[in-house]
Amino acid sequence: MDIQEIRNVGILGAGKVGIVLAGLALDAGYTVRISGSGSVEKIALTIKTLVPGAIASENADVVANSDIVILAIPLSRYKNIAPALLQGKLVIDAMNYWWETDGIREEVLDPSSTSSEQVQAYFHGATLVKTFNHMGYHNLQEEARSAGDPKRKALFVTGNDHDAVDTVASFVDSMGFDTVVHYRLADGIMTEPGSPLFGASLRRPELKDIIDHFDQTEFGQKIAAQTR
Amino acid sequence: MVDIDHLEFGLETFGDIVANEDGSLQTAAQSIRQIVKEGQLADELGVSVFGVGEHHRPDYSVSSPETVLGALASVTDQIKLAIAVTVLSSDDPVRVYERFATLDALSSGRAQVMLGRGSFTESFPLFGYDLTDYDDLFNEKLALYDLLRREKPVTWSGKFRASLKDQDVYPKTDHGRLETYIGIGGSPESIIRSVKVGYKVIIAIIGGQAMRFKPYIDLYHAAAQQLHRPEYPIAVHSHGFIADDEDEAVEVAFKNIKANFDRIGLTRGWAPMSREQFDGETKVGSFYVGTPEHVAQRIARTIAQLDLGRFDLVYGAGNQTAAQREHMIELYGTQVIPRVKEILAETAVAK
Repeated sequence: MDIQEIRNVGILGAGKVGIVLAGLALDAGYTVRISGSGSVEKIALTIKTLVPGAIASENADVVANSDIVILAIPLSRYKNIAPALLQGKLVIDAMNYWWETDGIREEVLDPSSTSSEQVQAYFHGATLVKTFNHMGYHNLQEEARSAGDPKRKALFVTGNDHDAVDTVASFVDSMGFDTVVHYRLADGIMTEPGSPLFGASLRRPELKDIIDHFDQTEFGQKIAAQTR
Repeated sequence: MVDIDHLEFGLETFGDIVANEDGSLQTAAQSIRQIVKEGQLADELGVSVFGVGEHHRPDYSVSSPETVLGALASVTDQIKLAIAVTVLSSDDPVRVYERFATLDALSSGRAQVMLGRGSFTESFPLFGYDLTDYDDLFNEKLALYDLLRREKPVTWSGKFRASLKDQDVYPKTDHGRLETYIGIGGSPESIIRSVKVGYKVIIAIIGGQAMRFKPYIDLYHAAAQQLHRPEYPIAVHSHGFIADDEDEAVEVAFKNIKANFDRIGLTRGWAPMSREQFDGETKVGSFYVGTPEHVAQRIARTIAQLDLGRFDLVYGAGNQTAAQREHMIELYGTQVIPRVKEILAETAVAK
């Protein structure tokens, strides 16, 4: 899919991250639909007040009417969504394993691979790209800037499908951020909790520098030792 | 419009370990005694609320804040005594009620309950709870606490605790109801939950611009009106450090707040704080650091922007010396609080 074809953005998850991304997408001129874990009624007032203009809806409607879908729910809950729902969709994985909401890692994730690989395996008919996961939600909210602004921050975008990654990178750019792009979903680990990039809000050269020398970071060496 | 006459100003500490002048650290026991001294000082200076956090970690001294506040109850006169916050999800609401009702007795009605999760999670495994049940635990225990707070016999059953049938819980308080807040970090769900139970709300703003919480405060008021629930002025809490000299304040705060955030970041997986980030927080963000005048200007601005009823400054982050901590409290009580009120009154007149 080409970026020009993206008009409708769907967000699954009406928590802090989902709402911030909904606000950015509205500002970027997209039509935005967003759903929580329950009924529309449960989130209607929240959406109306926090992101006026976004359409509060339910998962099925959000997915059916969106050109791109963002997963912004706690990682431990993604299996509450039926895999078939995202069949054929371009999906952004904004999730991470996070002890404080997800509990013990082994109960949520198979230790042998990364979270996004497991999310992709579960939603096997979807094309998954990981981004929006490493910058704090308030940095996302406050630091979206136009292209060319010297203070503009960058996000890491990675996935296995070349075209999908490029489309998502353009989408991220339209939302107010530069990008550093990889074409390997497993590289998502570089921006997970524990990484020097997690919670960091960096300009493109700084982000790229750490990504390029990831194997020299303490976290990178730990990951390398585990996968050896 | 901010009601200047009824504005409350609090001080809160998480119970960080205090440093000696030579840089060595005091013991946890010494640090706890220091908190009692500081609570007394805050009381003498007319600060409205003194809050102590509950933590179960080596870098904080207080795991049983009610005990510390119990000591303070008998040496203070006017200050409200709060726990910032009581981790309700991993506690027993009956015990929470009993402890606070006792504190309320000792302090002649100055106990204040703040229920929340706090920024940490170690109490969950420590007391045998599963973090993934967090929401269910909090909802269930909040419902039980709300019944107990009415101080009438309670009949209740739930998933995480033995049922109660026509059970009275003691002691009853003199005023018939414990003042109770819910401490939240800004998730819309927790705002709606607080509105439904009808408690006051204190928001932890620990990073970024305070204004980003405006929509959440709007949500609180909109939800209260829609659901016909009581509406109170919002309280917030943020970190800060005050000294006579701006550069000194910034350097002490950078060293200590950064050390504190970075150490927590190590276990929670976020990256160390950069100088740029820190400077952003002290200039336009959520660290209230500097001279009394600078800090007063920034607090006044936040109170006005968010239309607050209460502002709590979290003090003592990292390993500060007793002298630094006490002097900061003194400056907060004698200079910052009166100056904030003055600035707000001037702005009101100008309008």
